[in-house]
Amino acid sequence: MRRRERSLAWSNPNVRAVVYQVVAVFAVATLVWFLIDNTLRNLASRHIATGFGFLSSPAGFEIGEAPIDYSSADSYGRAILVGLLNTLRVAGIGILLASVLGAVIGISRLSPNWILRHLAAGYVEAVRNTPLLLQLLLWYAVVSENLPGPRDALHPLPGVLLSNRGLNVPALAGASVDWFLLGLLAACVASIGLSHWARRQHERTGRNRSVWASATALMVLMPGAAWLLSGGDIRIDLPRLEGFGIEGGWSLSPELFALLAGLVLYTAGFIAEIVRAGIQSIKKGQWEAAGSLGLSRARTLRLIVLPQALRVIVPPLTSQYLNLVKNSSLAVAVGYRDVVSVVNTTLNQTGQAIEGILIIMGVYLTVSLSIALVMNWYNNRIAVVER
Amino acid sequence: MLDVAVKTQRHTGANVLRWATSHPSNVLASLALVGLLCWLVVPLAGWLVLDARWTGATAQACREAGGACWAFVAEKHRLILFGTYPFEEQWRPALASALLIALLVISGLRQFWRPWLGAAWALGLAAAALLMWGGVVGLSHVEDMRWGGLPITLMLSIFGIVGAFPLGILLALGRRSRMPVIRAMSVVYIELIRGVPLISLLFMASVMLPLFLPEGLVIDKLLRAQIAVILFAAAYIAETVRGGLQSLPKGQYEGAESLGLSYWQQMRGIILPQALKTVIPPLVSTFIALFKDTSLVAIIGIFDLSLTAKAALADPSWAGFAVEAYLFISVIYFVFCYGISRYSKALELRLSEGRQH
Repeated sequence: MRRRERSLAWSNPNVRAVVYQVVAVFAVATLVWFLIDNTLRNLASRHIATGFGFLSSPAGFEIGEAPIDYSSADSYGRAILVGLLNTLRVAGIGILLASVLGAVIGISRLSPNWILRHLAAGYVEAVRNTPLLLQLLLWYAVVSENLPGPRDALHPLPGVLLSNRGLNVPALAGASVDWFLLGLLAACVASIGLSHWARRQHERTGRNRSVWASATALMVLMPGAAWLLSGGDIRIDLPRLEGFGIEGGWSLSPELFALLAGLVLYTAGFIAEIVRAGIQSIKKGQWEAAGSLGLSRARTLRLIVLPQALRVIVPPLTSQYLNLVKNSSLAVAVGYRDVVSVVNTTLNQTGQAIEGILIIMGVYLTVSLSIALVMNWYNNRIAVVER
Repeated sequence: MLDVAVKTQRHTGANVLRWATSHPSNVLASLALVGLLCWLVVPLAGWLVLDARWTGATAQACREAGGACWAFVAEKHRLILFGTYPFEEQWRPALASALLIALLVISGLRQFWRPWLGAAWALGLAAAALLMWGGVVGLSHVEDMRWGGLPITLMLSIFGIVGAFPLGILLALGRRSRMPVIRAMSVVYIELIRGVPLISLLFMASVMLPLFLPEGLVIDKLLRAQIAVILFAAAYIAETVRGGLQSLPKGQYEGAESLGLSYWQQMRGIILPQALKTVIPPLVSTFIALFKDTSLVAIIGIFDLSLTAKAALADPSWAGFAVEAYLFISVIYFVFCYGISRYSKALELRLSEGRQH
C-alpha cells in the first residue's frame, strides 16, 4: 500500500531523477534547435551553401608537400586527403622518434653519471615549461633564418645538403627500389617472427636458440633476392644544385623539419618523465636480486625492470601519443600543410565553416580512437595476470 | 654500477669527481659528454652573450657583430609585452598584470587560505578588467582590440581556469551521476573536447560562433576565444576532479547519505572539499598546461605574447631577429611555468604530510 502511495510523489528519488533528465534533455534540445535555427538563417542571409558538395569542386590552391599526386585542379576532397596523409606522416614519425628519444632521456635521468643526469633533467625542464607553439616557431626561425641559401648549402655529411630549403639526403632510385624495400620489410617481419618463435621455444624447452645468424641471413638474402628478381635496377640519387633550387635525393622541407623537431623534442620530454616514473616504481628488491644474479645495469634494465615498468608506463604514454597527434595541428603555424591547414584554406575559400570544422573534428576523433584502441589492446596484453 | 642514483646525495665537487671517475666506462662517457657540451655550449655562449649587442645598437651594427641582438628586445620590449596599447597608458596593463600575478602568488601561500580569498579574487579580477578597459574613474577607454602581450596571456589563462573550474566540477559530478541521460551528456562532452585539438575549438569560436548567434548579437573575438578556452579547460578539469572523486573511500559517500543530507549538501559539505584537496597538484599542472596553451590564440589573430613577438618582427628595419624575440618570450613563459611547477611539487609534499598512507 505504502509503495504505491510513493510511486508518483516528489519524495521518490526515481521520480525526481526522471524529471531532471527530462528537463535536461528538453533544455539541451531547445538550445540545439535555437543554435541550428540561427545558423541556417545566418547561412542563408550570407548566401553560403550547406552540405558536403564542395568536396568535389576544384580546389584551386597548391600544396607544397604531397605524398600522393596533387595539383590545383584536383578536388577539395583530394586536397583534404593529402592533408590527412601529411598529418598521419608527421604523427607516425613523431610517435616513433619521440618514444625512442623519450625512453633514452628517461633512462638517462636515472644514470649514475652526474653530468648525464643533470643534462637530461635540464632538457626535460626546458621543453616542458615552454609552449609548443613557441618551440615550433623557434625551430622554424633557426632553420629559415640561420641556414644558408641553396648556393651555399652546408655539407655536414657526404651527399647531404643542408640549406634553408631543407635537408636533402641521398635516396635510392630506380625500378627495383619498391621491391627492395618490400623485401627489407618482409625480412624485418620474418626476423621478428623468428625471435618470437625462439623465445617460445626457450620458455617451453629451456633451450636457447640464437637467431642472430638466421636474422642476418634473412636481412641480406630477402632484399637481395627482391632486387635481383626485379631487374637489379637501383642507383643512388644524390641531391645537387640545379638552377635556384636543389634537385634529387629525398628532401625534408624546413616546415616538416621544424614541426618534427619541435613535436619530437617536446613530447620526448613528457615521455621521459613517464619512463622515469615507471622505472622508479619498480621496487629496489628487483635491482638487488638482479645484481645478485650478476646482471649488469643495462641487462637488468632490459630484461627485468623495463618489462615490469611497461605496465606503469603504457597508460600515460597513450595520452602522450594522443597529445602528439593533436599537437601536430600546430603545423598551420609553420606552414606545413596538414589537415587543419588544408581545411582552413578550404574554409576560407568556400565559406563553409561548419562542414570544415566537422571534418577536422571527425579526423582527430577517429585518429585518437584508433590510437587509444591499439594502446589499450597492448596494455591488456602486458597487464599483470592476477591469480 | 648498479646503484640507481639517489637524489638525496649531496653533489659536492668531490662527489661529482668520484662518480665521474668511478669506472673506466664512466670516465669515457663523462669525457664524451663534456666534449659534446663544449662543442655545443661554447659557440652558443658566444652567440648568446659574448658577441651579442645589448642596448643602443642599430640593426646594422647588430648584424655586423654576428651575435645575438638583444638590442632588438630592448627596442621592442614594450610592443612585445603590451601590444598596441596606447604608449602613455601602458602603466595600466603593467599594473593589471602585476595585480593578477600578485593574486596568483598569495593564493599559493597557505597563510592566505581564508574565506576572504574568494572576495579578494573577485575584487582583483574586476580591478584588472577595469584597468584594461578604462572608461571610468578618469581612465580613457581602450577597446580590447588594442590589448596585447602579457596581460592577454595572463587574463586568458586566469579567467579560463576560474570559469572552467565550476563547469569542470559539474561535469565530473555529472559523469559519476546515476542518471543515465546526465551521465551520457557529460561523457559525450568530455570525450569530444578531449579528443580534438584546441586549435579546432579556437577555429570554431572565431568562425562558427558568429553563425550560431542571432542577427545583431556580436561577441568580440577575445571573448569568443576566452569561451573556447573555458570550454576546453573544463573537460580536462572534469577528468582531474573525477579522479579525486574516485579516490575517496566509499564510506564517505555512504556516511554522508546516512546523515540524511541532500545530494548538493553532501557534495558541498563532505565530498568536494576532500576530493578537491586531493587533486590540487594535478589541477596546478592543468593550470600550467592551460597557461602554455593560451599561446595558440595567436593562430586566430589575438595578440598574445607569441603574436606580438611576430608583429615586432614585422618591422622591416629589424628583420631577421626572430630567434632573439622568441627566446625572450620563451624565458618569460619558462619563468612562470617553472616557478609554478616547483611550487606545485612543494605543495604536494606539504599536503601529503598530514595524510595517512
